[in-house]
Amino acid sequence: MSDGITSASDESPSSDELRDRSRKALQSQRQPTVTVLSSLLAVQDDLHYIPDEAIEETATHVKSTINDVWSVASFYTNFRFTPPGDHTIDVCWGPSCHLNGAQDVMNRIHSELGITEEGETADGKLTLRYSTCLGACALAPVIAVDHHMKGRISPDSAAAVVGKLKDAQ
Amino acid sequence: MSVAFSELRQKADAEWLSLTAGDKPWVRVGLGTSGEAAGAEEAFHAITESLGLDANVTLVGSMGLCYAEPLIDVQLPGGARVFYANLGADEVADVVGGHIKSGRANADRAFAWHGDERPEGLGAVTRLSELPTVRVQTRLATKLAGDIDPRDLSQYIANGGYSALEKALEDMDPAGVLDEVKNSGLRGRGGAAFPTGVKWGFLAPNPEPVKYILCNCEEGDPGAFNDKGILESCPHTLLEGLILAGYATNSSNGFIFIRQGHTLPIENSRKAVQDAYAAGLLGQNILGSDFSYDVEIALTGDSYVAGEETALMEAIEGKRSMPRYRPPFPAAAGLWGKPSNINNVKTLAYAPTIIQNGADAFKSVGIESTSGTAILCITGAVNRPGMYEIPMGSLTVREVVEDVAGGIKDGKNMKLFQAGGPLFGPIGEEGFDSPIDFDSIAKTTGSLGSGGLIIGDEDVCAVNLTRNLMAFNQFESCGKCFPCRLGMTHMVETLERISQNVGREDDLALMERMGASMRMGSLCGHGQLGYNPVASALKYFEADFRSHMDDKKCPTGACGEGQMVTPSRTRP
Repeated sequence: MSDGITSASDESPSSDELRDRSRKALQSQRQPTVTVLSSLLAVQDDLHYIPDEAIEETATHVKSTINDVWSVASFYTNFRFTPPGDHTIDVCWGPSCHLNGAQDVMNRIHSELGITEEGETADGKLTLRYSTCLGACALAPVIAVDHHMKGRISPDSAAAVVGKLKDAQ
Repeated sequence: MSVAFSELRQKADAEWLSLTAGDKPWVRVGLGTSGEAAGAEEAFHAITESLGLDANVTLVGSMGLCYAEPLIDVQLPGGARVFYANLGADEVADVVGGHIKSGRANADRAFAWHGDERPEGLGAVTRLSELPTVRVQTRLATKLAGDIDPRDLSQYIANGGYSALEKALEDMDPAGVLDEVKNSGLRGRGGAAFPTGVKWGFLAPNPEPVKYILCNCEEGDPGAFNDKGILESCPHTLLEGLILAGYATNSSNGFIFIRQGHTLPIENSRKAVQDAYAAGLLGQNILGSDFSYDVEIALTGDSYVAGEETALMEAIEGKRSMPRYRPPFPAAAGLWGKPSNINNVKTLAYAPTIIQNGADAFKSVGIESTSGTAILCITGAVNRPGMYEIPMGSLTVREVVEDVAGGIKDGKNMKLFQAGGPLFGPIGEEGFDSPIDFDSIAKTTGSLGSGGLIIGDEDVCAVNLTRNLMAFNQFESCGKCFPCRLGMTHMVETLERISQNVGREDDLALMERMGASMRMGSLCGHGQLGYNPVASALKYFEADFRSHMDDKKCPTGACGEGQMVTPSRTRP
């Protein structure tokens, strides 16, 4: 995930760079139907967030308005508007995970990361996100590290995962 | 048989024969999303990268036996498949490597076997089809899951794939296909259980040249993963069903609608569509017939309501996924104003077996009111969670939990089940003997819905679980209808108060009043059903509420202070 240009812990890229990357991402779409939503997904796939420049470029690309693009971007909860950390941990709190101890996993991850909410750690290197369902409910509780699923997680194994990510910095 | 199809078939058969009865062993590693979470990819890499085996090693889909994952099997040339359960990367050298090098199965680690003849030394090992999680199943839509590489079109064709499409295009007209589906009694598996043939019948006579079949794999219900399971493990089954639906309704285009971020279902269905085009199974003049059909994958952002059929169309159009007013109904004016049908993945995935084997064969599975199977996703406090395709009405909830899913973990007792998605609440003992089919489950306060069945043990507090469900519903309200947007928020706050033993005496009445407004004042099921979880919890577990309100304590200790995640994101 660390590709230099889009991490919260790196120096922020220039506005021109972001605009250029956004344009490339928009043009890279291969499916026949290109919409505001598909465009935003393409940008976030590449940049891992939606900078203001991408909102403007998307509006131009799909012949829409900044207002309309922003209305879509702000609606879907996967979109973020600031760069994420170098690594992202998703923790599921859906009912299958909840009944299998997700809260204890969450509490432990909070304390390992030193945060009590979703978001970035103080050094900006790790991002914590809450998920309503990661889709591996039979292996609850489930987390995902940089979008890779890990199931049958315990508070201890969660702490080990976080520890590894911290050491990798 | 058309020339085009017989060529595909010949090539596929030859490839399949070389895998199953060639001169190399075949190792299959089950990789669905649950397999990924269990470490199947790591096991696969350990086999391919470090063992140096002279064998074919394939990532296949998931059989649904999630409790056994990573699930890996070894088939020596011409022999039976020997399955190893919970086989991590650290063990594959010993078990898989040892099996292949010695030519003998590892009897201590073997989990099951499948084939004509019991492999030597496995006297005490069960046949796959006799496992308690397998013997109850009749696999129609998930038949090939875990047997074939979902990214390999030939393996699907070699196992009977696209024969139904070939049959339809060669021997049946669109009306004949539609009649067969009508006669099969197939009911929609997204939760509403509407007769599929009738739904297709709304679309078929419309003379518009551009008409859409939209396959709904938003699948936001936590605890349900059968749609994604079909897409990641046998995407061609769905695709073949989608093309058949297009043919039966004289439609021009299909969309497969999936939530972003679910890598395996997205990648495997993209590959399936791409390969189908290359093989002439999609596009102009399919298999040389005069039927043409286009299919594309449309991704949505994270939004539960995007699974509602009119909101889904908004999302494909690239907008905020908020429900539309009806009428007009989608069959009259749907996606981009064109006539459209929205079908669940499972519904469409039954179409190939219905066309191939006939309506009567399909009706012979299940019960009078609902033919076919229920593809259950059993999760929560059970010993053997997984995805099991059982005939409709063949087992009760209690039987599924005890006999199939292996009972409750740690020898505890079952307190509740929750089925049909987060807009349905926990159901107690009185509902346990309910057979698993749409109409029987609907007689409780639940719904069979999409097939998710979440089991809670004696340590679960109904207030706590209901608060979790309502937090989900609040987070996922799209915000279009005021009663839902605000009602959900107040409902969560109220449940929060109760769970923290500071509920007010009129809180229960307050929630009921809010629920009535939400039911009357919301455009879609999300708001209309919003009070359901609370009503259900109160019906079966009023004592849990009274304990919090009167005795000021949680009946099980599950609701300790701060014992709940509350999402911090909301929709602006």
